[in-house]
Amino acid sequence: MSAKNWPLWEIFVRSKNGLEHRHCGSLHAADSDMALENARDVYTRRNEGVSIWVVESKHITASNPENNGELFEPAQDKVYRHPTFYDLPDEVKHM
Amino acid sequence: MSEEQIRSLERQFDERIARDEKIEPKDWMPDKYRKTHIRQMSQHAHSEIVGMLPEGNWITRAPSLRRKVALLAKVQDEAGHGLYLYSATETLGISREEMYEQLHTGKAKYSSIFNYPTITWADMGAIGWLVDGAAIINQVPLCNTSYGPYARAMIRVCKEESFHQRQGFEIMMKLANGTPEQKEMAQDALNRWWWPSLMMLGPTDDVSVHTEQSMKWKLKRKSNDDLRQQFIDQTVPQAELIGLTIPDPDLKWNEERGSYDFGEIDWDEFWQVVKGHGPMNKERMKARVGAWERGKWVRDAAMAHAEKKRNRKEKKAV
Amino acid sequence: MKNENLYNYILGIADNSLILGQRMGELCGHGPSLETDIACTNISLDLFGQVRSYFQYASKIAGDGRTEDDIAMLRKEREYKNVLLVEQPNTDFAYTLGRQFLFDVYHLAFLKELQKSTDLTLSAIANKCVKEVSYHERFSSDWVKRLGDGTSESKEKMQEAINDLWTYTDEFFHQTDADKAMVVEGIGVDVTKLKDSYYKEVSQVLEEATIQVPESKYFQKGGKQGIHTEHLGYLLSDLQYMQRTYPNMEW
Repeated sequence: MSAKNWPLWEIFVRSKNGLEHRHCGSLHAADSDMALENARDVYTRRNEGVSIWVVESKHITASNPENNGELFEPAQDKVYRHPTFYDLPDEVKHM
Repeated sequence: MSEEQIRSLERQFDERIARDEKIEPKDWMPDKYRKTHIRQMSQHAHSEIVGMLPEGNWITRAPSLRRKVALLAKVQDEAGHGLYLYSATETLGISREEMYEQLHTGKAKYSSIFNYPTITWADMGAIGWLVDGAAIINQVPLCNTSYGPYARAMIRVCKEESFHQRQGFEIMMKLANGTPEQKEMAQDALNRWWWPSLMMLGPTDDVSVHTEQSMKWKLKRKSNDDLRQQFIDQTVPQAELIGLTIPDPDLKWNEERGSYDFGEIDWDEFWQVVKGHGPMNKERMKARVGAWERGKWVRDAAMAHAEKKRNRKEKKAV
Repeated sequence: MKNENLYNYILGIADNSLILGQRMGELCGHGPSLETDIACTNISLDLFGQVRSYFQYASKIAGDGRTEDDIAMLRKEREYKNVLLVEQPNTDFAYTLGRQFLFDVYHLAFLKELQKSTDLTLSAIANKCVKEVSYHERFSSDWVKRLGDGTSESKEKMQEAINDLWTYTDEFFHQTDADKAMVVEGIGVDVTKLKDSYYKEVSQVLEEATIQVPESKYFQKGGKQGIHTEHLGYLLSDLQYMQRTYPNMEW
């Protein structure tokens, strides 16, 4: 039965111009046109958006949490990427 | 993995939750966590969509255009909430179709309250006021539950539901302040929905299963009895405010406890309905199964069309 | 009533939305998927929103204390002026979407003209509705294409629905007395002028949907004069139930 079911889509909505599209949920649709229409009806019925992206869920490649150590922890001690790492005399007010 | 290793993973997992960390779909999780969440979340989703039926029953008969659009929007929200919750559950590796299958075969449960009939317009008021009121008490703590997709869905649900209870209370208030006939209609609805609403918050703590585990996983923050007490304490003054009488002769303010004492709940009735023998169990399932089966050719057609469109596009590209 | 023609004219427009909104509302919770349930409810909500704007205006024109709800729910069957198409039942999803599509194409063309009305309230309502109905038309024509060009079963059902509903399409382009009077005053839309482009547009979509455009030249009419099909009475008994059973109350 699974072959014929409407696939799952991930929905991203831009709430107003100037802001990024944000993931807001998912839904089922037979094709991308329908996914857009459904997303409009499901996720923007309270005026939440000005733009919608839809992506079929199977096209998303996600990192594996098992690799979180090697992927993300090495960035933790690179404090020199942050402004607070650098010493400035108090006289310099804005930098 | 050895049992020792699994136990250690489980310990780390529980510690993460205790630290208020969220669990996300691809994270390792104990099998029981996955199963329990699938059960509770799908049950929650089923309740939303079966819950559309008793209220949907009055859309065509709403007494004014204002009431009609409000009710339509509310029932539509319930479809939306079912959809959010099914989607969140799908992240645990079960499809919406499989969940429907469980609902349709009676393997999965939904909130028993929807197995009562909506026989007058006042029932729209009573459901919004009492049933949504009890649901909110259950749902607000879930915005902070441990499973990320569930918590996010619940935040959305709670935000959208804020008008639902008001909608119901406004209906009741208008009736209670209306003609004697209208007031009687409101009182009658309160009489019929009061006890099922109390039952909706679940069996008493001494017979409730899963509670301890659910508390640990933040699927539950308060016990059924505490939730029920909270519901009663907040609802009784609202009934007084609009001049309706709670149908419980034993209801009495207890100064010492700072809460209302209340009468015995008919748990036989509760279990009868849970087991499928309520007034509307069969009709509700028939309606759901019927809609799904009648819709099959439509869903199939949409898939067939999508494929044709894709093929045409590919052919063009070649 | 001073402005009787205008009043009747507004009712003629609004009743279409009222009856179709009611039909779409019946489906809520019973559609083929949650997503389509939500979409169809949106259409219904748009239509009822339109109805309220029209009837609030009509109530002002009537000036006799009748409210939007009195106008919506307390007329007799012969006093409803909607076209026959919109009262046809939800036989199946192909009928529902076919009915929607055949109405939407007309509705959109009509509203685009109504935007030019010299009556500022009507043109303002039309400005708002045109956006809603553009979406309805897109949604329903997409579905007609999907079902027509889907499986052989869906094609058959879609064809049958179009064949059956076709007979109600010509009525859009008949003018009532109120229509004629309003056209003369620059308030109303000359519906006779919409006919050619209507059939052209409908045929285009049907062709894309691989649905045969019916050739029948026999059409039904009467709704605009209050002579309806047997379906309307039942719809009205639902719509009016509360107002009739409990008269003169507030809800």
